[in-house]
Amino acid sequence: MLRIGCGSGFSGDRLDAPGPVVAALAASGGPAALMLEVLGERTLALAQGERLKNPEAGYEPMLEPLLRPILATCRAHRIPIVTNGGAANPRAAARAVLRLAKELGLEDLRVAVVEGDDVRGTDALDDLSPWEGEPGAVMEKNRVIAANVYLGAQPIAQALRDGAEVVITGRCSDPALALGPMIAHFGWSEDDWDRLAAGTACGHLLECGSQVTGGYFADPGVKDVEGLDETGFPIAEITEDGGFVITKPEGTGGLVDLRTVKEQLLYEIHDPAAYLTPDVVLDLTGVELEQEGKDRVRVRGCRGKPRPDRLKATVSFPGGWLGEGEISYAGPNARARAELAGRTLLDRARRLGLEGRARLDLIGVASVHEGDSGTLRGHRRDEPDEIRLRFSLATEDRIPAERATREVLALYCCGPAGGGGVRMRVVDRVRTLSFLVPRERVHPVVEILS
Amino acid sequence: MILHELAHARSGDKGNRLNIALFALDPAHYPHLAARVTEERVKELFAHRGCSKVVRHDLPRLHGFNFVLDDVLEGGVNGALNLDGHGKTLSFLLLGMEIEPPPGSGEAR
Repeated sequence: MLRIGCGSGFSGDRLDAPGPVVAALAASGGPAALMLEVLGERTLALAQGERLKNPEAGYEPMLEPLLRPILATCRAHRIPIVTNGGAANPRAAARAVLRLAKELGLEDLRVAVVEGDDVRGTDALDDLSPWEGEPGAVMEKNRVIAANVYLGAQPIAQALRDGAEVVITGRCSDPALALGPMIAHFGWSEDDWDRLAAGTACGHLLECGSQVTGGYFADPGVKDVEGLDETGFPIAEITEDGGFVITKPEGTGGLVDLRTVKEQLLYEIHDPAAYLTPDVVLDLTGVELEQEGKDRVRVRGCRGKPRPDRLKATVSFPGGWLGEGEISYAGPNARARAELAGRTLLDRARRLGLEGRARLDLIGVASVHEGDSGTLRGHRRDEPDEIRLRFSLATEDRIPAERATREVLALYCCGPAGGGGVRMRVVDRVRTLSFLVPRERVHPVVEILS
Repeated sequence: MILHELAHARSGDKGNRLNIALFALDPAHYPHLAARVTEERVKELFAHRGCSKVVRHDLPRLHGFNFVLDDVLEGGVNGALNLDGHGKTLSFLLLGMEIEPPPGSGEAR
């Protein structure tokens, strides 16, 4: 049996999460691996920007704080660590990990980098077709900030077979962080579709960390979860035939039951009969779940079909600017004053000739469920005691976004009575689009540094 | 009665496409939900978000459904003006849908 734990589900996850997972893997005494997923769709474009400013930057800045408390234990118990924290600069990340190892007295740590996902300036960009979810996507080659193909599990498996103790990738499919160790351990062949499908489903359930162990699940009175301040991150127990159980370390918060596993099984999935990954096409329609014990759910019935000929690539472009400002109104007639402030801001933007897409939110009445058109607030008669007005404007250039945002500040003196608590923010944005690239245009490379 | 009393849900995004996975809290209510939480009703519920298409995938073994909604994110996480560009809160917009009580449930709110 192989155990795979997940110590991080996104860039921004709890830094102390890997500890109990590693302790449980070490205590089990059997073969195990740890995955750390820290790379979002947008994170890579931001990382590419960091790398442009500093050639030793552009990897996940939390990689070192995540690894510091666990690296020695992982090495002592032969638990390889697989992470996509290399982001836009896996080599710099590997050098940072080697520095950390030296500081901790861990001699000759074998750190592998997986590269080849970054296809800027390669012929892969000449041969893209739009992803079906974004049929109108247009490739503007001269404006590309980042272009990364989702690599699969095979390069990770190769790195582990070559003896890597830490594997650092840039963009790869999230489930590959778990599937790679399974392929390396069990020796599954590249066309063993059902086993690769089971391993992919397992990796998919692990990849968001506590989202399968009671995180992002609690709904008091309906779905209660104990210990959200110390949620245990997931561990999968996998057997050679591809069967697996999802569980979590003993003595931690959270829970693993049929409901938590179901919600995560379909998370960010579109057609459950055809989840496309670089390694296999996964069919989840035959999946059956069984609660085997407390915090133990067995997953059966994953089926696989041959892997796709084309790989998904995420390409990032400059996305203009967003200016936003907020102000609160409270007490008698709060809603009318907030609405007047909103109308005033739209009028001011028009008067100043600030061009862009504008939106108002009446936070407390209609906001995150609202559309840009403001339909909901027109239907809702709520008169909450407090309302926070938010004004946002998306523009091509920085100056109009800044001027629009300043208009929220100006409400202090020029707006309706009793507005307070202004906060403002102006940010530049990155637009990401997905394309498909023929597999033969992509060349993954594995190298061990030490 | 609202759907929240009969089901639980989670949403996820990819680009400008949203999925909401919806599961019966009680497996016995799966057929009731299947008959009423239709693609048409979900599209209507998200009309104010510019929803252009809804596809429902049925997963009877899991007593659930996967709804895939196009264009409701009004630009997605990188382009939206909405505070919640991911659409993470939209699972609870679906759970607010009015639904008739299942037969034999004995109470209606």
